[in-house]
Amino acid sequence: MMDIVGYGAFFLTTALIFSLITLGLNLQWGLTGLFNVGLAGFVAIGAYTSALLTTPDTVGRLGGFDMPIVIGWLGAMLVTGLAAALTGVATLRLKSDYLAITTFGVAVVVQLVALNAQKLTGGPFGIGFIPRPFAGLAETPVLFNFSNLAVVAGVTLVTYLALEHLSRSPWGRVLKALREDERAAISLGKSARFYRVQAFAVGGAIMGLAGAVQAHFIGFIAPDNYVPTLTFQVWTMLIVGGSGSNKGAILGSVLVWAIWAGSGALTSAAFPTDQQARAASLQIVAIGVMLCVILLVRPNGILGTSPRRPRWFGRKQPPAVSDQNGAAS
Amino acid sequence: MNLQFIVDGLLTGSMVGLGAIGVTLTYSILRFSNFAHGDFMAWGTYATLTAVSAIGAMFGKIAPIGPLSFGWPLIVAVVIGMAFTGLMALLLDKILFARLRAKGQTIIVVMASFGASMALRSLLEFIFTSRPAYFSRSIQIAMPVGYGIRITPDQIVLLLMTALLVLCVHLLMTRTQIGRSMQAVSQNPALARVVGIDVAKVVRVTWLIGGALACVAGVMIGILVQIRPLMGFDMMLPMFAAAILGGIGSVPGAVLGGLIIGLAEAGAVQLIGAEWRAAVSFVILMAVLLVRPIGLFGVRER
Repeated sequence: MMDIVGYGAFFLTTALIFSLITLGLNLQWGLTGLFNVGLAGFVAIGAYTSALLTTPDTVGRLGGFDMPIVIGWLGAMLVTGLAAALTGVATLRLKSDYLAITTFGVAVVVQLVALNAQKLTGGPFGIGFIPRPFAGLAETPVLFNFSNLAVVAGVTLVTYLALEHLSRSPWGRVLKALREDERAAISLGKSARFYRVQAFAVGGAIMGLAGAVQAHFIGFIAPDNYVPTLTFQVWTMLIVGGSGSNKGAILGSVLVWAIWAGSGALTSAAFPTDQQARAASLQIVAIGVMLCVILLVRPNGILGTSPRRPRWFGRKQPPAVSDQNGAAS
Repeated sequence: MNLQFIVDGLLTGSMVGLGAIGVTLTYSILRFSNFAHGDFMAWGTYATLTAVSAIGAMFGKIAPIGPLSFGWPLIVAVVIGMAFTGLMALLLDKILFARLRAKGQTIIVVMASFGASMALRSLLEFIFTSRPAYFSRSIQIAMPVGYGIRITPDQIVLLLMTALLVLCVHLLMTRTQIGRSMQAVSQNPALARVVGIDVAKVVRVTWLIGGALACVAGVMIGILVQIRPLMGFDMMLPMFAAAILGGIGSVPGAVLGGLIIGLAEAGAVQLIGAEWRAAVSFVILMAVLLVRPIGLFGVRER
């Protein structure tokens, strides 16, 4: 019984960390319409930054600065936000596809740095001994799991409330206005590029925070954690939950993670050990097909707002009625 | 500096360039960046590999042509693989991309291509496992051609074939009716429709050409390096960078962009080290986007 409760806490913690990433993506895509296919790279930047700041001094690697966990998390947000801002500044004056391609490249380069810059990232073996919150409770697993869950849930709640507030604030209204009708918003004197860079940076900072929280929850990071599969999972979570809605982002994350973990358990039970790697790839196929089907059949997801129209170029449809309820509904 | 990097760079550049033609055509005619293009490459290669083994099973062992590592079965198999990849691209367009395009949401199509790419790649891993495969296990002796450069017979043939293919595509785009129709659609789809161009046909031809060339590029990688389910995905960034460097919509630009990227990668391998190879495309991409976003032969968006 206690095992199941413990696993439940573990499952929810993981799902809520995913929902943090999804919330960041929702700010970039759902609210602002910025396409990020390299989010695994930004999550990795956050995780590595926090790990460098908080681990004890290590021979043969930069740092280990042995700082408190909170500093690590703030540092992760700052560095990842800066990286996202730079990406945005370089590409947001161009067509939307160029941002997609550039973020894709960012993920490739971050992966490369994580693998090869041994002095900074520990190379393929990653970084271990990342301090875990409540490490003193590790003897009683249930208490440990629940205190971790409480921390992650708290961070998620604060992020959620902050994002809800932001999307209702004048700042959020400008983003929505830019998304709905860029020309009208610019004519009111709002700089499209400036606001988009801000949104992209804040979204990136949230992803970095999620990466840091996950690193401290697991206690160990390696380049393998930040492969394109992660990007793909998070996108599916957002699309299933409904882009534009913060509640949808959280709901989609828990739902898709449940499907993912469930099908993972199923395949490991149904396939012999030597076939498990193959079975795992079938799992990704299923999720990929699911993403495409949802895009075809129900592009709004479960809780999403009105479907997005093309921005920047090639507008073929007449402008639709703007959504009355706001992105948060 | 050893001049060998010129041969290596031209070969990598050929693979990237052939792939980038498909990327640039899809972008300029269908107006979205297709993240599944690399996986067309991998699927084409595995289709060719399957065809080769089928031919081998039917006709027994067949001696390779002259000093090359492959015989006529591979040539026949490539043609089959090209047809397969083109049709696969068409099919994917029919069941997925065309429907989303009809809704008029460009960026949703990009996302769908991302999802499709993940599914296609993992399906390959499921069918063929992630263990690398090879067309031939024989080792070719590289011939010295002076200035410290060595080249194998396979490499010479593949370089010549790339040049021939690029010439064919260029002639198709500039000298034939369908090629001119493709250019018209890429410049102004609405106007092209008004003057009676069959846009659906143009879209079909675009997918067929893109898919077939992706297959050839993949088979080149298969002959010279190895066949893996991830081989196409790893080529995605160089292909995008080449297409943007050459200027979206320009076939010669895509090939030239591919060659520049290939040479830069090979040079970087010598100067900095092989592990940073994949970063070269990113650096070039960022430089192009910052300095001249329309690329070498690009035209401003209309």
